Amino acid sequence: MTTLFTILFDGVAYGMLLFVLACGLAVTLGLMNFVNLAHGAFAMTGGYVCAVLVNQSGWPFFAALPLAFVASALIGVVLERSLYRHLYHRSHLDQVLFSVGLVFMSVAAVDYIMGSSRIFIKLPAALEGQIDFFGVGIGRYRLMIIVICGLLTAALQLVLARTRFGSRLRAAVDDPRAASGLGINVPQVFAFTFAFGCGLAGLGGALSAEILGLDPYFPLKFMIYFLIVVTVGGSSSITGPFLASLLLGIGDVAGKYYVPKMGPFVIYTIMIVILIWRPNGLFGRTAAR
Amino acid sequence: MPAHADVSTHAISRARWHWSEFAFWILALFCAFLFPSRYLIMTDIVRLALFALSLDLILGYAGIVSLGHAAFFGVGAYSAGLLALHGIVTEPVVALIVAGLVATAVGFLTSFLVIRGVDLTRLMVTLGIALLLEALAERFSNITGGIDGLQGIEMQPILGLFAFDMFGKVGFFYCLAVLFGLFLLARRIVHSPFGLSLRAIRNNPLRAAAIGIPVNKRLIAIYTLAAFYAGIAGALFTQTTALASLDVFSFERSADLMLVLVIGGTGYLYGGLIGAVVFRMLQEFFSNLTPQYWQFWIGLVLVVIVLVGRQRLHRWALWAPNLIIRQLGGRKTIVAVPESDAP
Repeated sequence: MTTLFTILFDGVAYGMLLFVLACGLAVTLGLMNFVNLAHGAFAMTGGYVCAVLVNQSGWPFFAALPLAFVASALIGVVLERSLYRHLYHRSHLDQVLFSVGLVFMSVAAVDYIMGSSRIFIKLPAALEGQIDFFGVGIGRYRLMIIVICGLLTAALQLVLARTRFGSRLRAAVDDPRAASGLGINVPQVFAFTFAFGCGLAGLGGALSAEILGLDPYFPLKFMIYFLIVVTVGGSSSITGPFLASLLLGIGDVAGKYYVPKMGPFVIYTIMIVILIWRPNGLFGRTAAR
Repeated sequence: MPAHADVSTHAISRARWHWSEFAFWILALFCAFLFPSRYLIMTDIVRLALFALSLDLILGYAGIVSLGHAAFFGVGAYSAGLLALHGIVTEPVVALIVAGLVATAVGFLTSFLVIRGVDLTRLMVTLGIALLLEALAERFSNITGGIDGLQGIEMQPILGLFAFDMFGKVGFFYCLAVLFGLFLLARRIVHSPFGLSLRAIRNNPLRAAAIGIPVNKRLIAIYTLAAFYAGIAGALFTQTTALASLDVFSFERSADLMLVLVIGGTGYLYGGLIGAVVFRMLQEFFSNLTPQYWQFWIGLVLVVIVLVGRQRLHRWALWAPNLIIRQLGGRKTIVAVPESDAP
């Protein structure tokens, strides 16, 4: 029984992490209909920024996390303004080729600068070890991830549903022409959203170094996971991808625990079956036109 | 029916062999004698060309974007390897066809998943299938050899006559012959009414269905055929290099393949062949430049190609050849145009 809880707990932590990593992609791919396979590269950037700050410059871990967010968001906004925005109206093939090119470049560049081996971020002592909670061992680091990601998710939901910016974004996505007719600066909204999504990915990358492992091949290894979250979750709201990430996280942890020999096989099969059954995702309306 | 006659004349004139095509194949054959020390890399180019030809069939003619075409390459590669390793079919040509048929079967079964849904779903499903097969190959390591791959494959002489030599001369001619044969078949297919109907589907599936083309059946047929081609390419890979490892399924292989086709242009069959030559040369050049980090430059090429625009790039690339063709043949000659640009 306790193992079941531990698996559930680890799965939830993993799923929340995936959500923070992928929710930027949920906006670009799900709402803006842009196939951005390079999303993992932004996460990797955040992870490496955090690693360099903590390990080499001696920053405290919690001070480095916001910096990881800012660095990825900055790179995101620069790339969006200079490159991405030219491709919003191009075919999916062009978008795929472009973002795969970016992935290749980021992989080789990080390999060149930081070396190809896996990087660990030195954690503060308070985050190591486990807490015993009614006989269930709970990792402190994972507990922190759940708290941070849970707060972020709630904040995101509030921003999207309650604020003026949220309604502007939803309007810009639903009908860019009508939105700009109403005086909404659509490109600005998109740029800001894109940058914010990249920043979240960067934060997720920094948080995930401990759990998923951080090396130059991160964008390629986890690309499929991000895509699963978005395509399975659908794009009508933020809840769809959130539930999909939780499902994916719990499923993956449970799969590795109970049927370790099947590896990622279970996840891929489930993804294909779901996509065949509901091409627009489990929750919500169509993402692709 | 003047309009009908016009359409068929146009189709027939496009299907006729152009002298530049003869020149292309004669040049390809001459390369074998021009660079006798480069058989291995030329074999590599020919294999890649066949693989790209396979993707061109579905991407250029039917408009199916696939992110996991390496799946069939891998199935072909492992089939050929297992057939040779366990001595089930020892004769390479027969083994090649058997491996191709295995890939065809996989292609046929998965085609039902692929034809459903729109672009994005197709991307995900094709990618998922390739990853799934990779995970399977890793899982059943007692059959596939796991991460080490299949080792100790020994190839018998082709048709019992030509033994593979260490310089790769026989391997090169073998691959080139297979490529030429399959190219002829592909050329016949894309210029047939079947091929024309595929183009109609690519341009507008709804209209194609409205004029009575069975869209799904045609897509299944061409996807299955493309799987056969990719399987043959994979089998050639195993037969000429005597190894098959997990990276035959890798995402990089599928992505590189797209780059090959993008360099060469889609929808006129030669795109994959030209693209394979250019891609391999670029790769050689970049690995000489920075041995470990050539992928960076490959990525840069992709980004630049997309930003400049694929079609514009091909117009630039074909500007000089077209000028020569016009000079030689007068204004009315058919110039070399990628299908995507053709009227």
